[in-house]
Amino acid sequence: MNFDLTEEQDLLQETVRQFAANECPPGRVRAIFDGDQGHDPALWKGLLELGLGAIAVPDEYGGAGLELLDLALASEVLGAGAVPGPFLGHSLAGLALLYAGSDAQKKSWLPKLASGEAIGTVAFAEGEGRWQPEDWTIAGGATLSGVKAHVPFGAHADLYVVGTRGGGLALVERGARRFEVEPLAGIDRTRRLSELRFADTPCEALPGGPAAAARVRDAGLVLLAADAFGGAARLLEMSVEYAKTRQQFGITIGSFQGLKHQLANMAVEVEPARGLYWYAAHALDHLPAESERSAALAKAHLTQVYMQVARDAVEAHGGIGFTWECDVQIYFKRAMFDRAFLGAPAAHRERAAALAGW
Amino acid sequence: MDLAYSAEYESFRGEVKKFLSSSWPLQGAEAKLPGDQKAALFRGRAIAAGYLARAVPVRYGGSEQAPDVLKGQIIREEFFRARAPGDLAGIGPSMLVPTLLEKGTEWQKEKFIGPTIRGEVVWCQGYSEPGSGSDLASLQTRAQIVGDEWVINGQKIWTSGAHIADYMFCLCRTERDAPKHAGISYLLLSMKQPGIEVRPLRQMTGAADFNEVFFTDARTPADWIVGKRGEGWIVSRTTLKHERNMIGDAANTVMMFGGLVELAKRALRDGRPAIQDPSVRQRLAQLEGYVRSHQYSGYRQLTKAAKAQEPGPIGLMNKLVSTNLGQEMAKIALDLVGDDGLLEPAERRLGAPRENGQWIGQFLWSLGSAVAGGTANIQRNVIGERGLGLPRDAAAQRS
Repeated sequence: MNFDLTEEQDLLQETVRQFAANECPPGRVRAIFDGDQGHDPALWKGLLELGLGAIAVPDEYGGAGLELLDLALASEVLGAGAVPGPFLGHSLAGLALLYAGSDAQKKSWLPKLASGEAIGTVAFAEGEGRWQPEDWTIAGGATLSGVKAHVPFGAHADLYVVGTRGGGLALVERGARRFEVEPLAGIDRTRRLSELRFADTPCEALPGGPAAAARVRDAGLVLLAADAFGGAARLLEMSVEYAKTRQQFGITIGSFQGLKHQLANMAVEVEPARGLYWYAAHALDHLPAESERSAALAKAHLTQVYMQVARDAVEAHGGIGFTWECDVQIYFKRAMFDRAFLGAPAAHRERAAALAGW
Repeated sequence: MDLAYSAEYESFRGEVKKFLSSSWPLQGAEAKLPGDQKAALFRGRAIAAGYLARAVPVRYGGSEQAPDVLKGQIIREEFFRARAPGDLAGIGPSMLVPTLLEKGTEWQKEKFIGPTIRGEVVWCQGYSEPGSGSDLASLQTRAQIVGDEWVINGQKIWTSGAHIADYMFCLCRTERDAPKHAGISYLLLSMKQPGIEVRPLRQMTGAADFNEVFFTDARTPADWIVGKRGEGWIVSRTTLKHERNMIGDAANTVMMFGGLVELAKRALRDGRPAIQDPSVRQRLAQLEGYVRSHQYSGYRQLTKAAKAQEPGPIGLMNKLVSTNLGQEMAKIALDLVGDDGLLEPAERRLGAPRENGQWIGQFLWSLGSAVAGGTANIQRNVIGERGLGLPRDAAAQRS
C-alpha cells in the first residue's frame, strides 16, 4: 500500500518546476498570453528537451516509456506555471497513435512527435457540447467532410487526430487538400483554438476502435484534472501570499477572519483533491474496470474546484485581481478552458452516474 | 503508486482474519452474555493476541506492539468488516491514555490505563466553561490545595458523558497570579462524590449526551495532577497533538455515501426511483468527487505516516472536510426522504423504511460535528494560521 509518488516522480515534477521557473516566469507567460501566437517555439523546444513530448510513449517509439501518472504529474506542474503551448493536444495525439494506431503509423509518427519535429493535436468537438466519441458525426473513410471546433493550436499543428462517427480516429496532415484552419479568439490565450473545415479532405484512419478513442478521451480528462489541480494550488499560494503582504488599517489583511476563512475554504477545496487525479491516472494504466468513471469524476470535480478557486482568488486580490495585468486572470481563463474542454462537469457527472448503473 | 499491500502485510491480514473467524462472534455460553461483557471478553483476547491497545505497554495492560501504521489500518479494516469490537473509542482511551503515557507518573499509569482501555472505568473531559469556549485558556474553575487535597469550585459545560463517567480529567486555574495559560493545571478527579452535581443538557436531537458539571468544594488527592502545577495547558496540548495526528479515516464517510446512494434508489419521485432524476444524479456524482478526494487523501496520509513523514497542512483539514461531507449528505438525504422529514427520527410512518428516520437523525447530528471539539470556524482559523501561515487575529494575539 503506497499512495504516494516515487522519488523519480518527485524529481520529474521538480525538474519541470525548475524549468518553468527559469524559462517561463510570469513575465514570459504574460508576453505569450498577449502575443499573436500564444506559442513560443523556443519554450516548446525546451519542454521537448526535457522529454515532455512523449512521456507515456514507449522508448521504442522515441518516448520516455513512463506511465500516464507521470504525464499527468507534468501536466500539474505546467498548470501551476500557466505554461503556454501545445502540450495538451500534442500529448493526446501521441496517445491516440499509441492506443489506436497501426505499427506502421506509430513508427512513422511517434518519433516525430517525441522529438518535436511535428506538433500534434486532437480535433474532437462538434459544437453544442458534443465532445464524446459517441457524439462524433463526421463520417470516416478515405476522406473527411465537416467541421471540428475548438482544436488546440490547430494553427500550429502538423498532425491532426480527428474523431469520426462511431468512435473512430483519423489522421489529417497539415497542408492536406481541401482543408482549412480558421483560428478562433479563444478565452485562454495560453492554449489557442482553431476551427477545422474538411471538404473531402484526404485522411488516414487509425485501426483502433471506439474503446481506443474513449481511452484517449479519458487520458485527456486526467490531464485537464491535473492541470486544474496545479493551477488551483498555485492560485491558493498567490492569494495567501497577497494576504500576508497587503496591509490595511495598519495590519496585514490575512489576519482578518473573513479573508482567513475564505482562504481556508479554498485550501479545503484544493488540498484533499490531489489524489483524485493521481488515482484516475493510475487507474488508466492499471485498473481498467475503474478507469473511465474515475477519469470522469476527476475531471468534473477538479475543473469545477479550479473555476471556483479562480473566482475566489480574484476576490481575495481585490481590485488588482480584476485587472488584465494581474496573473490571476490568466489562471482564471485556464480554469475556463479546463472546465469546458472535452465536456463540462455536468456532462461527466451524468456519465459517471450512468457508468455506476444509477 | 501501488494500491496493493505487500506479501508481508497480506500475510498479517490473513492472521487477523483467522483470529477473527475463531474469536468473533463469541460461541456457546459466552454468546448469551450481555453485550458489554461480550465486548470486554473479546477485547481482552484481542489485546493478548496483539491486535488492540498496541501503543500501550504490557505492564499497563496493553499489547505493546512496534508502531506500524499499515498493520493498524489492516486491523481496523478487518475488525470493521467482521463487526468486531475494536479499540474503545471514548475520550478516556483516545485522549487521557496517550496523555498519561507521555506525561503521567508511574502510579498514575498503573492505576488508570488498564481499566480505561478495558472499558472498566469511563472518563469525561472537563475543559469548556460557560465563559470559555473557543478561548479555552480563559477558564475560571479554581482548584486550591487544602491539606493534602485539591478543593475545586466552579463550573464546566458541554461535558459529554459526565452522567455516566467514573472520573474526569479537568483543567483548573490553580495559580491565581500567573499569566493566563501558565495558571492552569491538569487534574484527575472522581465523579462519584458529594461536591459534584451533574445536570443534563438536552440537545436539539432530543437526547441528552452532555451536561453541565458544578463543583462545590469537590475534592481530589494532591498527587492526582498530571504534569506540574501551571503546566496543565501544555499537558492538554499533548492530548490534542495525539488527536490531530489521527489520520483522516474516510471509511465512515464512504460507507455513509453508499447508504445515501441506496436511499436514492429506494426513494420515489413521481413514482420513479429518485436516482433517475437528473438533479439527484448530479448532486450524488458531485458529492462523490468530494468523498473520493477525502478517501484518497486518507490513503496518502496513511502512506506518509507509514514512512514517518509529516502529513502537512492536510492533517489540519480532516475534521472540517468530514464535517462538510456529513452535512452535505444529510441535506441530500432530507430531500430524498421527502414528507418523512416532518417526523421525529424515532417515529415511523406505516410502510416507511426505518432508515428514513436514521437519516433525519443524521440531519440533526451532522450539525453537532460542526460545533463539537472546536467549531468549523475555529477549524478554519487553525487551517489559516497553522496550515497557510496567515497571521493570528489581532484580538486573539493580544490575549
